[in-house]
Amino acid sequence: MTDTINLRLYRKLYLIRKAEQTIIDNYENDEMKTPMHMSAGAEAIAAGVCLALGSHGQMLSSYRSHGVYLANTEETDLFFAELYGKSKGMAKGKAGSMHLSSVETGYLGASAIVASTLPVAVGAAFANKRKGSDSIAAVFFGDGAVDEGDFWESLNLACVLKVPVLFVMEDNGLAVHTPASRRHGYESIDNIVSQFNCSVFQSDTTDVESIYELTCRAIESVKKDGHPSFLHLKYYRYLEHVGVHEDFDSGYRSRKEFEEWYARDPVLLQREKLLTDGYDEAEIRGLERAIDDQISRSVKLAQEAQHSDKNEIYRDLSA
Amino acid sequence: MKRSISYRQALNEAIVEEMSRDETVFIYGIDVADHKRIFGTTKNIPEKFGGDRCFSTPLCEDTLMGFGLGAAINGLRPINVHMRVDFLLLAMNQLVNMVSSYRYGAGGRLKVPLVIRAIIGRGWGQSYQHSKSMHSVFAHIPGLKVVMPTTPNDAKGLLISAIRDDNPVVFIEHRWLYDAVGEVSDEDGPIPFGVPNVLRAGTDLTVVATSWMNVEALKAAEILEKHGVSLEVLDPRTISPLEDAAIVESVMKTRRCIVADNDWTFSGFSAELASRIYSSCFGVLRSPIERIGFEFTPCPCARPLENQFYPNAINIIRAAERLLGMDPVDLSGEDFYSYENKFRGPF
Repeated sequence: MTDTINLRLYRKLYLIRKAEQTIIDNYENDEMKTPMHMSAGAEAIAAGVCLALGSHGQMLSSYRSHGVYLANTEETDLFFAELYGKSKGMAKGKAGSMHLSSVETGYLGASAIVASTLPVAVGAAFANKRKGSDSIAAVFFGDGAVDEGDFWESLNLACVLKVPVLFVMEDNGLAVHTPASRRHGYESIDNIVSQFNCSVFQSDTTDVESIYELTCRAIESVKKDGHPSFLHLKYYRYLEHVGVHEDFDSGYRSRKEFEEWYARDPVLLQREKLLTDGYDEAEIRGLERAIDDQISRSVKLAQEAQHSDKNEIYRDLSA
Repeated sequence: MKRSISYRQALNEAIVEEMSRDETVFIYGIDVADHKRIFGTTKNIPEKFGGDRCFSTPLCEDTLMGFGLGAAINGLRPINVHMRVDFLLLAMNQLVNMVSSYRYGAGGRLKVPLVIRAIIGRGWGQSYQHSKSMHSVFAHIPGLKVVMPTTPNDAKGLLISAIRDDNPVVFIEHRWLYDAVGEVSDEDGPIPFGVPNVLRAGTDLTVVATSWMNVEALKAAEILEKHGVSLEVLDPRTISPLEDAAIVESVMKTRRCIVADNDWTFSGFSAELASRIYSSCFGVLRSPIERIGFEFTPCPCARPLENQFYPNAINIIRAAERLLGMDPVDLSGEDFYSYENKFRGPF
């Protein structure tokens, strides 16, 4: 199988979708005692942006972090161990779903306070610039973050200091359950951001290859113009704000909306594309099965692993 | 070699020396590089190290704090300056939700060598948003170190330690102390956190004081000495971590204690300290511990009200007399000099 960009993107998409399906299937067992903010529907943003960032890229995200973690690392042992709260997790059970990180591969962390990782990304990018590194720091945040002061402060500071940072707005039109129309006293965030010394890129595509290419352009712009880029990407949140269930019967949104978006589901769309590209069904199945096996092994390892000993509570507070 | 320098010069020297030694150190914040240079503490630093390592910023405290966190976890050693601790309160989200716990949440795979300098102070009508201390609040948060030097030597040595520390340190400077002059030993280098400093040895009563209150405590000790009373004055220097062994040892000796904190007493550092002393010295104490601090109100603007708000040497003297069962001494001939004479507004 030739390892094309499209295949690499599909591997990330399928891994995220399958890992989250595994969370859904096991969540009722009440062994993963951590609030899950699911990435379902947003997989193409994590996959496309992370691949474009390359191996030197750095990223921070919101608490809706499964997609970014898995797209960045493609590993699931530490991931599930952390969700199960075990000693083999990347934070030995102290982080859970909302504070995933993979420092070694550039994922510098996730936060459960809306917009709070934006300033951190600007600081990380400042350090990269000072060190003469070619690394781009990307920060993923929802459209709710745009309501926060830290968004505007970070955008402004990044533009003043001209740091190599990529703002990635994952826009699902909802902050928890409140639509943008009830939160935004303006028409277009893109127009406003374009008034800053910042390049704006936007799309409502669910095609991961398009997102990858758009991100490459945004990164090129950062490198060429020496100022931040703002990447505004729309998606549809398939599940409830927090938790593993649908919530189309709760009145604030309709199943019809979901069905319109699901008709161009990023994972299914990319699978179709691979078939069109000439991969055969058996090859794709083989790739999927390998990921299924990886996840099954990881879940088993996590379930069998020990919880951290009680003294772990005191470790890692100070260096 | 010992030299006499001011507190502001001590801070400046610590920053210059550390920036010269380690090129990852940089200093930033609102008006850090303007002509006033943070009360002179960043004097010559932009000229010596350039605008990349010492720069003024937009007014966005919370983001500036998170920015420092990002730079710190990515290999730099930021110093973020706040001209008033009251402004630092705008950064409480980043400080308390992010900075303090970031290493913990990352399973210890990141370091956060971030210094947060915050200036406290009083006088000349500063009123209630330019006058707080807040060290009790910061010290309440696991993962933050809180340092509060009184002498020029401590200012220099503790700031060097703060910059070299791989953890976030809130470094609190009282504005009136900037003109205080004291001896600095160049050989001493960094001063370790957690070790109280005996500013004056005594036998009758222990006064544990923070920041400016040490100046008041030393004045009280000087006056009471004339009346045959010997105060021991201890400065914890660091609020967190707090190693209380030397304080307990002193109280075991004197069997009486006043805690004079440069803060409100309610739910504050003075209560923490008094509780520890009670636990360790139970049965030895000859009288209850007295706590002295700000009036439990916002700080008012006008001088007579402000004088009521802030405790001083007289409060310490009167408390000591109560604990020792003495009649009040005559203070009519005493000169209560304060560094405020050197401080004029408007800022």
